[in-house]
Amino acid sequence: MIRSEILKEIAPILRDQLVVCNIGIPSQELHAIDDQPTNFYMLGTMGLASSIGLGLALSQPKPVIVIDGDGSILTNLGTLPTIANNVADNYILLIIDNGSYGSTGDQPTYAGQKTSLTKMAEAAGCERVIECAAEDTGRVLQDALDAKQMTIIVSKCESGNAKMPVITMDPVVIRDRFMKAVQA
Amino acid sequence: MNIDKKITDDLVANDISFVTTVPCKQLAGVIEEIDAHDDIFHIPSNKEDEGMGLCAGAWMGGKRPAIIMQNTAIGVTINTLATLIQYYRMPLPMLISYRGELREPVACQVEMAVHTKALLAQMNIPTYHFHHKADVEELDAILKYTFMCNKPVAILTDANFWGGYGDQ
Repeated sequence: MIRSEILKEIAPILRDQLVVCNIGIPSQELHAIDDQPTNFYMLGTMGLASSIGLGLALSQPKPVIVIDGDGSILTNLGTLPTIANNVADNYILLIIDNGSYGSTGDQPTYAGQKTSLTKMAEAAGCERVIECAAEDTGRVLQDALDAKQMTIIVSKCESGNAKMPVITMDPVVIRDRFMKAVQA
Repeated sequence: MNIDKKITDDLVANDISFVTTVPCKQLAGVIEEIDAHDDIFHIPSNKEDEGMGLCAGAWMGGKRPAIIMQNTAIGVTINTLATLIQYYRMPLPMLISYRGELREPVACQVEMAVHTKALLAQMNIPTYHFHHKADVEELDAILKYTFMCNKPVAILTDANFWGGYGDQ
């Protein structure tokens, strides 16, 4: 299973939730599969999806799901201790770990080699960390929403990208409709 | 006048309730005041770009954010300022310790100080420089201006403003 197949499968779960989606192909895939005003697409700034999502979860009560990648977590590793030490039970970080930098040509990441992001999240102090196979992502994600506990999910999947169009929506439009959805 | 308290009071008076900080000796007193204040959620960040991500999320969640950092971090955050804060048009007051200015004891700090205003100017970031203690009187107006125009705004506070650094 590759990332776009996971996104297709979990789209019905994501639809009613606030979602902050990682830069590049992940956002393009989510946008093409099921564009929603509750989706915040990152168009730049690799690595900050988990931080944006945490700030959002700490500032309002609705559940927030961050769709991140192993490469982006590695870019902003300081995020894991910050998440662990500022517990927001409406925060779910879904790391789609395909062991590669998908948006730049599938170069391998260290997460696909010796490094375990699951263990790093645990070592950072995150209390509910669940590693799962790609096929189980939907069930684990729904469980996390039902548990109402801060959860880090590391979904291990295969490397690869679906061919989707670039997002041409204006960033201020993305942000404005997202803020209206947050307030709704 | 206690500057640390005055700055914190101005933040609270402007409804700023989410503040991220990266440690700094000059700003240690403000950071302490912020941490102790009931109306502010203080979240230390490990790097300034991470802090800007937190602030972006907080603002979209309905809270007014601010970041407290050193001027060396302008070198770290150019991409985040351009492609997140400015691109999505978000307000962000940046209270910055301006190391490497007059009364600075550490030579290396001057190396980023000489680039600080040029970089901020290149980024079209409104920039205010607090050099004398009385300059803090403008902070309230600067914060109002930031949330009026939805831009990142830099407030550089140098050693002279803080009453010296290392030579007190």
